[in-house]
Amino acid sequence: MSTTLSRLDVEDFLFLEADLLDEWRLPEWLALFTPDGRYYVPSTDVAPHAAPTDNLFYVADDHYRLEQRVKRLMKRTAHAEFPHSKTRHTISNVRIRAVQGTVLEVSSAFITYRSNHGRTDVYVGTGYYELLQGEQGLRIQEKRAVLASEGLRSQSRLSIIL
Amino acid sequence: MPDHSPYDSLVVETRAQSSFRVARQVFVDDGILAAERERIFERCWIYLGHESELPRKGDFVSRRVAGREVIFTRDTKGALNALLNACPHRGARVCRERQGNAKSFQCFYHGWIFGLDGACRDIPGGESYPAGFKESAEAQLPTVPRFGVYRGFAFVCFDKGAISLEDYLGNAKEYLDLVADQSEAGMVIVGGTQEYSIQANWKLLCENSYDGYHAATNHATYLDYLKDRGDNLVPIALTGTARDLGNGHAVVEYRAPWGRPVAQWIPAWGEDGKRELDDIYQRLVARFGEAKAERMTHTNRNLVIFPNLVVNDIMAITIRTFYPVSPGNMVVNAWALAPADETEARRRDRLFNFLEFLGPGGFATPDDIEALEQCQHGYANNKEAGWNNLSKGMGRDVPAYDDEAQMRAYWTEWQRRMGGRMGEGAAA
Repeated sequence: MSTTLSRLDVEDFLFLEADLLDEWRLPEWLALFTPDGRYYVPSTDVAPHAAPTDNLFYVADDHYRLEQRVKRLMKRTAHAEFPHSKTRHTISNVRIRAVQGTVLEVSSAFITYRSNHGRTDVYVGTGYYELLQGEQGLRIQEKRAVLASEGLRSQSRLSIIL
Repeated sequence: MPDHSPYDSLVVETRAQSSFRVARQVFVDDGILAAERERIFERCWIYLGHESELPRKGDFVSRRVAGREVIFTRDTKGALNALLNACPHRGARVCRERQGNAKSFQCFYHGWIFGLDGACRDIPGGESYPAGFKESAEAQLPTVPRFGVYRGFAFVCFDKGAISLEDYLGNAKEYLDLVADQSEAGMVIVGGTQEYSIQANWKLLCENSYDGYHAATNHATYLDYLKDRGDNLVPIALTGTARDLGNGHAVVEYRAPWGRPVAQWIPAWGEDGKRELDDIYQRLVARFGEAKAERMTHTNRNLVIFPNLVVNDIMAITIRTFYPVSPGNMVVNAWALAPADETEARRRDRLFNFLEFLGPGGFATPDDIEALEQCQHGYANNKEAGWNNLSKGMGRDVPAYDDEAQMRAYWTEWQRRMGGRMGEGAAA
């Protein structure tokens, strides 16, 4: 370990991330990523750390596509999220699993609620993060949301960001 | 056949007025779903899986198919089987894993053991049964009544008397060939299944899967995305036709500006990608001649095999199948299909392409799901607002890819299978 950051610092960062998502401040959320930051949601019948290059995921965004995802979700023509659903990203079980230089490997349990058109969907899983500690504080180099469900049978779509 | 069926005139075609309508009742009615299970899902050939999911002897996958619990296996002799996952003794599922490799299945309830061909191997306390019981029909894991494989696509049918799989597929075989022939090494399912659901009637996903009409509005953000990055497109206009293949199968075939891993190059794939795609194209020309190779590589096909199999060969290839849970809810399984010998770079580009459009986390499918669910909401009004209109392009000799001829082919077969007569009445 070579960081002075504590779990509380990491939690503050993850709670900020959750609030930005829930308040639909997606461009600000995007700014939490490094310029090469990535966002993955694997399918649930592959290993949690499978590669997106030869396995079919639900989401496998490089930074360019993550920007495009944000841009899309902020449009009225992103029909799946218009009107915007109400969400609540709840984070717990935060752990710093490893520190390598300025990179922290962090995991957290998430329960995310999404409500729209008279129904509420629940997404449960673990967020695996590679957080880079830099001059502007923490930045996300990789976020991998691993669902602890059998596919998306009860939720149908993954039109929000986990 | 009785004079009147409760399913008469759910589909109404009035040629003189170029009008084709479907009663919205078919999306909300429990009785209609019960009849569909009996007359469609228990009579038609239903997609089970792809042979590439079972590369080795002893491989199996278990899945729910059209309301049945099925195990798809490759037995010790290398033969493919479709077994009914229910112990002949007291009925428990003998296989509770989704996939794996095994020498046998042992029912965990009383310990009966079966080979991957379904043959009973051992019955604990077997001496309590008459001699020869273990070899008798009542001790074997039952197979599905009919099982068939066409070019790697495995199907089951629960009707012993159904026509053969090849006859059932009919003209659709040509379109499965156009996919299966893309690599000499064969086509394989890529690891990872997209398993989701849609709170809408299952037939709406058939319509949506080859609906060329909805792109401009429903997928506006996807089209924005393609345009935003100039190197993601080639200057080719969306143009093409629809074809009724008989037996309820239909396809739209069209040109489109997006990249195809086999093999329409886009600048985003770079010079190396261009060389590789040229090579893929030349190999296909050598095998099939210029015209077929051109068609395979530069046209897109959205195929629906009646009643619930979609094979879309577009910016990637997706196989998608779905089943009703209730009139307003379906479950969906979707896979990516790719050449077995695809290079790492092409596979990466293929999956990148797949996810930018397809699947519940893509830039387009979520908007399709939303559209289908909003239709289902709208059908709450079906008693007062009772009809869907599928007349687009009816007057044309050759239907365009963005007309609705493909859906009319589907609904005509659906009405026939349901045992009712097509309505011919004037539009209300």
